Amino acid sequence: MSNQTIMKNVTSAPEFRLLVIAISVFVLMSVLSPDRFLSSQNLTSMAFQFPEFAILALAMTLAMMTGGIDLSVVGIANLSAVVAAVILTTFTDPAMPAAQSALWLTLAVVAALCVGALAGVTNGALIAFFGLPPILATVGSGLVFTGFAIAMTGGSAVMGFPGTVALIGNAQIFGLPVPLILFAILAVVLHLILTRTAFGLRVTMYGANPLAALYAAVDINRMLLKVYVIAGMFSSVAGLIIMSRANSAKADYGSSYLLLAVLIAVLGGVNPYGGYGRVIGVVLAVLSMQFLSSGLNMLQVSNFARELIWGALLIFVMVINTQALASLRDGFGKTVK
Amino acid sequence: MKRWLPKDFWTRNETLVAGVIVLFCIIATLSDPRFLTITTVSDLLRAAIVIGILAVGAMLVLVSGGIDVSFTAIAVFAMYTSTVLSLAIWPDMPWPLIFVIAVCLGALLGAINGFFIAFLKLPTLIVTLGTLSVFRGFLLTFIGSQRISDLPPAMRDFSRGVLARGTTEAGNFYSIPWAALALLFVIVLTWFILHKTMLGRSIYAIGGSVESARRVGVNVKWTQFFVYVYVGALAGLAGIIHGSVGRMADPFSLVGLELSVIAAVVLGGARLIGGYGTLTGTLLGVALIVIVQNSLIVVGIPTTWQSVTIGLLILLGTGVPAYRAKQEAARAG
Amino acid sequence: MSSERDAAFIDLRAITKRYAGVTALQDVDFTVQPGEAVCLAGENGSGKSTLIKIISGVEPATEGTIRIAGQEHAVLNPRISAAAGVMVIFQDFSLFPNLSVAENIAFATQLSTRERFFKPAATRQIARKALDRIGVEIDLDARVETLPVAQKQLVAICRALASEAQLIIMDEPTTALTEKEVRRLQGIIRMLKEEGVAVIFVSHKLAEVLDVSEKVVVLRNGKKVAEGPASEFNTQSLTYHMTGRDVPDVTPRTRRADAETLMHVNGLSKAGSFEDINFELKSGEVMGITGLLGCGRTSVAKALFGLVAPDRGTITLAGQTVPTGDPQAASRARIGYVPEDRLTEGLFLSQSILRNVAIGRLDAHTSGGFLNMNGLLAEATEWLQRLKVKAPDVQAPVQSLSGGNQQRVALARWLSRAPRVLILNGPSVGVDVGSKADIHDIIRDLASQGIGIILISDDLPELLATCHRILVMRDGRITDTLEGGTVTEEELAHRLAS
Repeated sequence: MSNQTIMKNVTSAPEFRLLVIAISVFVLMSVLSPDRFLSSQNLTSMAFQFPEFAILALAMTLAMMTGGIDLSVVGIANLSAVVAAVILTTFTDPAMPAAQSALWLTLAVVAALCVGALAGVTNGALIAFFGLPPILATVGSGLVFTGFAIAMTGGSAVMGFPGTVALIGNAQIFGLPVPLILFAILAVVLHLILTRTAFGLRVTMYGANPLAALYAAVDINRMLLKVYVIAGMFSSVAGLIIMSRANSAKADYGSSYLLLAVLIAVLGGVNPYGGYGRVIGVVLAVLSMQFLSSGLNMLQVSNFARELIWGALLIFVMVINTQALASLRDGFGKTVK
Repeated sequence: MKRWLPKDFWTRNETLVAGVIVLFCIIATLSDPRFLTITTVSDLLRAAIVIGILAVGAMLVLVSGGIDVSFTAIAVFAMYTSTVLSLAIWPDMPWPLIFVIAVCLGALLGAINGFFIAFLKLPTLIVTLGTLSVFRGFLLTFIGSQRISDLPPAMRDFSRGVLARGTTEAGNFYSIPWAALALLFVIVLTWFILHKTMLGRSIYAIGGSVESARRVGVNVKWTQFFVYVYVGALAGLAGIIHGSVGRMADPFSLVGLELSVIAAVVLGGARLIGGYGTLTGTLLGVALIVIVQNSLIVVGIPTTWQSVTIGLLILLGTGVPAYRAKQEAARAG
Repeated sequence: MSSERDAAFIDLRAITKRYAGVTALQDVDFTVQPGEAVCLAGENGSGKSTLIKIISGVEPATEGTIRIAGQEHAVLNPRISAAAGVMVIFQDFSLFPNLSVAENIAFATQLSTRERFFKPAATRQIARKALDRIGVEIDLDARVETLPVAQKQLVAICRALASEAQLIIMDEPTTALTEKEVRRLQGIIRMLKEEGVAVIFVSHKLAEVLDVSEKVVVLRNGKKVAEGPASEFNTQSLTYHMTGRDVPDVTPRTRRADAETLMHVNGLSKAGSFEDINFELKSGEVMGITGLLGCGRTSVAKALFGLVAPDRGTITLAGQTVPTGDPQAASRARIGYVPEDRLTEGLFLSQSILRNVAIGRLDAHTSGGFLNMNGLLAEATEWLQRLKVKAPDVQAPVQSLSGGNQQRVALARWLSRAPRVLILNGPSVGVDVGSKADIHDIIRDLASQGIGIILISDDLPELLATCHRILVMRDGRITDTLEGGTVTEEELAHRLAS
């Protein structure tokens, strides 16, 4: 009896549907193109491809949990990468010993993370202290961050890094791509933050009802600052991965990632009005997207068709989810009246 | 006593934006006396036509309480598809017919948005994010992804048509294209709908309070549906003008502009919560964005700082009223 | 009798309404004559809103017949009902904050005439006519969001009149009005009645409208339990019929005479809200603050908890100054605040019961950066048991609970923080009678444990049953201090109104 209800709870969760979707896409692609889709080469290349936008989706998830949104993630990623790139190109040269360039790389990474944190403080302050709607605050700040990156580089790519830079984006540890490891770490960290810390619980509760959070004496301003700082630093990590994989930094890299990040978060079951979201859902959404796009690639489907399918998938999932919501609401309404 | 100025004149976004524009023009004229000439004005006007039409549409959506980010994709879709269609079936198709096809295509795509938003009640941001990808993906996959510079001759004729042209005494050339009439037409039509029809008032009413609108008997679904169809049609018009004037059907253009256009509308005083937004404000917002995009260099700011400037303007333009409202709320207790 | 029924504007017979097995209304007869004012009284859940929904066509009746103006309607929807002249003024008025007064008044009329074009002059004329009918002057061009509450209500009334209302149903019409505004409303109602417009007041507080009404109908648990001329009812008898029992005459427990002073409030002022508030609260004391809506009682409560920043004045708790305008500081000083509106301010409805309690104790159960989930669960469960919250599962969303249980969850959040001062704003609004008595018991218990309690309420029996002392506020000032246990309800009502 209770097992049944637990099963029912599990199967009715949006994450379960995503699991089904992820598995079916995987199976479908494996069947359609078994030798190529399941080849270790393809699996590895997928593992290198998705972490950069998946990490941006994690940042978006956190912002959306509060009922906000962070449209500046790509701007932050590129600004961080440009700052790191400028440090690297200014202070290192390819002839430099690896130990020395690793030191500079560390410094560049720290600088990039600081840029992310600072950008996050800016967003958080605009939203918490000045009361801007998150959409507008981050559209504006995103333009400013991108603008700084353009102003610093004159709009062209910064390149000429020491070989150590490839560590972040192209290396493997124990056969696992470094970007994948970074994504896994950040996903686990975010999961723990959201479910096991006071801050995470406050984020969820605030997203569910901001006014009640105020009356429950939650320090909302500090919480929002933290949310956007974390989102900013996650974006910086994504920026560094992009920089390493492209072996250059540019103000307009990854411009399609912004919508992709929003799309993945919503696909992953995060409520865009706040109050609900689970990292596992976002991870499953990322995997579905990657399987789909890589499988379509195998099938010679153009990049553009992928965009079409992503958009259709998003709307499809929303239709399913909200119809579930609507019937839920009706049921609730009846018991109340 | 009749009030000459609205009571909230000094606190309105329109006033703020107009002030910034005037200030910009003064500084620009001081640093370069050639700035304030008919040449500059006609250049800016030309640059503002497409963004202006898109912005009017975006404003309407904001007033109704929604948000639309797919209109740039609709514009490109309508422009490219109608061009391809015309080249395929009747290359000598007169331009009005091509325009009508583009507008209808836009309205059709808008109806898709409207269906999901008005009838399935999905959140507008998510729906239009999705359709942005769908429209663009469909266009590039099934219709074409090559730039077409060999436009139907009628479209080139349209782009050559001017209302006025001439040369200033200083020898600078200026021209005002036919397309300016389209912007004017859109403004007048939208003004008429918003202020002279019950439909327009219903759009404001829905933006003010959906629940109240439903209670007094507004047909909320169809009104919302209309908004998205109308916005789609405007986007189709903007798209085909963009293609004609630019003399190129580029399936990769326009998309990416949507947030800037919405920002221009919000700068002009429209609010994301719905119910507020004026044509004057929208046009002022567009004017400011266009001036910054085109003339920043005149006041001594390098073009590479254009993005930063627009970003700061958006933060200021939305931050000042937001902060004021916050203070007000704190004072009221 | 039958001729009276034939003349009735609204004539409902044997109305029964069931929702998914729950009977909301059972066999109710209800009539309203033209020009008659009827008080429809009942507690939350008594079926009064269901009855209104049936009259206005929002919900169909399961059984029974509906006649409006002599015509029987087998099918009724909001449009038919409105066309017949039935207009509902909801508690939130359903106005458009962004539109002008004139448009708000004329909107429904213009929609119903299927007007395609919007004509400003005609709009103003419609609005002007409606305003003239009730003899009030409001700037036609003002945006409705800029108007005070009482004027918004007048705009809503005018909108109903402009749509040729024969019957205006007003939901809780007086809760947000000052005494003067209530009197003006009464005058307008009299005027409307003379013109033959009928009025139904839907309320659980009817004292203010009793003397403009002809008839009172009381619902309880979906049944009509009393009906008669308004002159035969008073506050007590209404309460009796609404609750089905005499409210027991409870008095506050005696407090210890040697209790030390817990809280000092000195010269607390905020321009436009409250002025020069001074009081002392002793440990174990229940102190009431009452006054009409808008007298500043809620602002004072919020200021004590840091939600409103006062211009001047100090709050000291056990000798230590509490920084003002900072809810976190107030909460650290162990002041608790249970807000007025449980659904929007007090609770996170979609979140679990556990989380709703735990949100107040997160820091205490954090070690090494992580939450001790078991500790939180154990503590919350204990408090829920102590407050006798009936819940199937602490992981269930709080919205699945009844009003009384929801209020206990809100209380549990603060009690788990071991508060020294607990501010309760309208603790029993919208809870059923049984729960109300239980909440009063809890309040008395807490006080006897030494917590200082400040009870903000306009429910006079509640104040009398729990408070040792009652402060009366008017226009932002404390105008009276009454000793509980000695003052009578009539006297308190008099002090409130005078």
